[in-house]
Amino acid sequence: MNTEIRFSGFGGQGIIRCALITGKALSLYDDKFATMTQAFGPEARGSACSAQLVVSDEKVLYPYITAPAVLMALSQEAYEKYHGEVIEGGTLIVDADLVKTREEHPGRTLWKVPATRFAEELGNRMFTNLVALGFFAAVTGVVSDAAMKQALPGLVPDRFLKINIKAFEKGYMHGLEVTKLDTAEVPAA
Amino acid sequence: MTEATLKADPKGVLTGVHFIDGDHAACEGALAAGCRFVAGYPITPSTEIVERFAARIPKVGGVFIQMEDELAASIAIQGGVWAGHKVMNVTSGPGLSLMMEHLGYAAMTETPCVWVDVQRGGPSTGLPTLPAQADMMQVKWGSHGDYEIIALSPNSPQECFDLMIKAFNLSEEYRCPVFLMMDEVVGHMTERVNIPPADQIEITDRKWTKKKPGEYKAYATTSDDLVPEMVKAGDGYRIHVTGLTHDERGYPAMDVPNQAKLIPRLLNKIRNNTEQLLDVRMDGCDDADVIVMSFGITSRVATAAIEAARAKGLKVGNLRLIICWPFPVKLIQQLAEKVKAFVVPELNMGQMVLEVRRAVEGKVKVISIPHPGGTVHEPETILEQIIEAAR
Repeated sequence: MNTEIRFSGFGGQGIIRCALITGKALSLYDDKFATMTQAFGPEARGSACSAQLVVSDEKVLYPYITAPAVLMALSQEAYEKYHGEVIEGGTLIVDADLVKTREEHPGRTLWKVPATRFAEELGNRMFTNLVALGFFAAVTGVVSDAAMKQALPGLVPDRFLKINIKAFEKGYMHGLEVTKLDTAEVPAA
Repeated sequence: MTEATLKADPKGVLTGVHFIDGDHAACEGALAAGCRFVAGYPITPSTEIVERFAARIPKVGGVFIQMEDELAASIAIQGGVWAGHKVMNVTSGPGLSLMMEHLGYAAMTETPCVWVDVQRGGPSTGLPTLPAQADMMQVKWGSHGDYEIIALSPNSPQECFDLMIKAFNLSEEYRCPVFLMMDEVVGHMTERVNIPPADQIEITDRKWTKKKPGEYKAYATTSDDLVPEMVKAGDGYRIHVTGLTHDERGYPAMDVPNQAKLIPRLLNKIRNNTEQLLDVRMDGCDDADVIVMSFGITSRVATAAIEAARAKGLKVGNLRLIICWPFPVKLIQQLAEKVKAFVVPELNMGQMVLEVRRAVEGKVKVISIPHPGGTVHEPETILEQIIEAAR
């Protein structure tokens, strides 16, 4: 069974990096198969940015995502563009301060994480993606936190490794806390 | 065969497990295979290969040159070969069209080199950032005159690494252009890639002559071995390399007897070895009613369709070409004795299916599943045709 994930936001938020870190964590350290694709065409220009990951216990045959179970949207535009494709039982993760969710998402779990705010508290909003990734790992359970931390060297600059791990842990701990508070909203699958 | 097998030079081998895309993996394959010179004119979706090569090669020890155009790139690499280097030519369809003259030159002068075509939608500039498999006939027939090439088709970043090494080894063994026929999906998809230690990577050395200057003839061959021995410039041998029809010394000899000797040899050094050059993956073909033949990224989507068809109780064989050229005519003919039909999905409007039809000579049904490119087939589309073929 495949799990399809879309990471989205605007250019500069480290969206592609989110998919690279998660894909590397899964396929090198969590014993899964992960195939990552990203848009390269005109649709990749301008402000919107998206990277896709197909995760499986077996070799991935179809490279693209068709029915994402998880959407991370760190910008309003990304949320508007992609929220409709999340499957029933799926999960939406949005930045609490940057994305206004207009509607209910029946049958889906919506999480709002103050990723940008937390990153600013850590000293720089460039750590937003790692806060969001930590939260993502905690609430979805798709990937282990140990594998994610193992995947970071080489994908973030060495001099920022420690602070990125800190950002990941901040998001991860927040994710664990909110899931404890809100267990009823956690999807069964 | 007389070439020596060596182990890879550790300087070029990035041993370890990586999460990289097919373009980057292809570059690492070339470096592991010993490629130390690239003259490039970068083009989407192959750019990352030369970008990485340009970044890596100063540390490995070699040269990258950005050339003024595709003609210059595709001939400068051949100069590098005659200076003793292993080289690669990296491009996509529009660039490849411009390089066709020098493809013929490499075939005629028996210059061992690897040509990477990361295929995108065409014709012309077409779809720069989206996939196709529509250059399959171009690499076989695109340059004028009669010639043979070898072409391999990877379906994952891991295979971009593995088959790149194989491509380099074959180019040395047969002294002909060898193509790595990637596509935009395989080039840009990121997956786990395992790069083994250098001492586990076998490298075919150039077929260097042991003859002395004066004894050596650049294009002398025997009836047992149609591949001539090689030297490099600067070693004291007087050599002449030309695209004109030449004699054993390499000198222009533009007459009927020399043409009649040279051209069949250029073809037969490949055609006589089609058995050794058979590289396919077969699964469930022995008792199949229908065989799906595919290559490259389409082979992954086809496998999904085949699994779905088998779940419905159909006997479907999965035949995947790793080496597309030379085409496995005999294998297809043997399979045609046993099956009802072949189904051939490919990201073009029907190219390699023509080879299947030519091989089976009307004995069984051959169903083409064409696609103009830009994305991959939906597995359901292939499944429908498998069901139709099994009727």
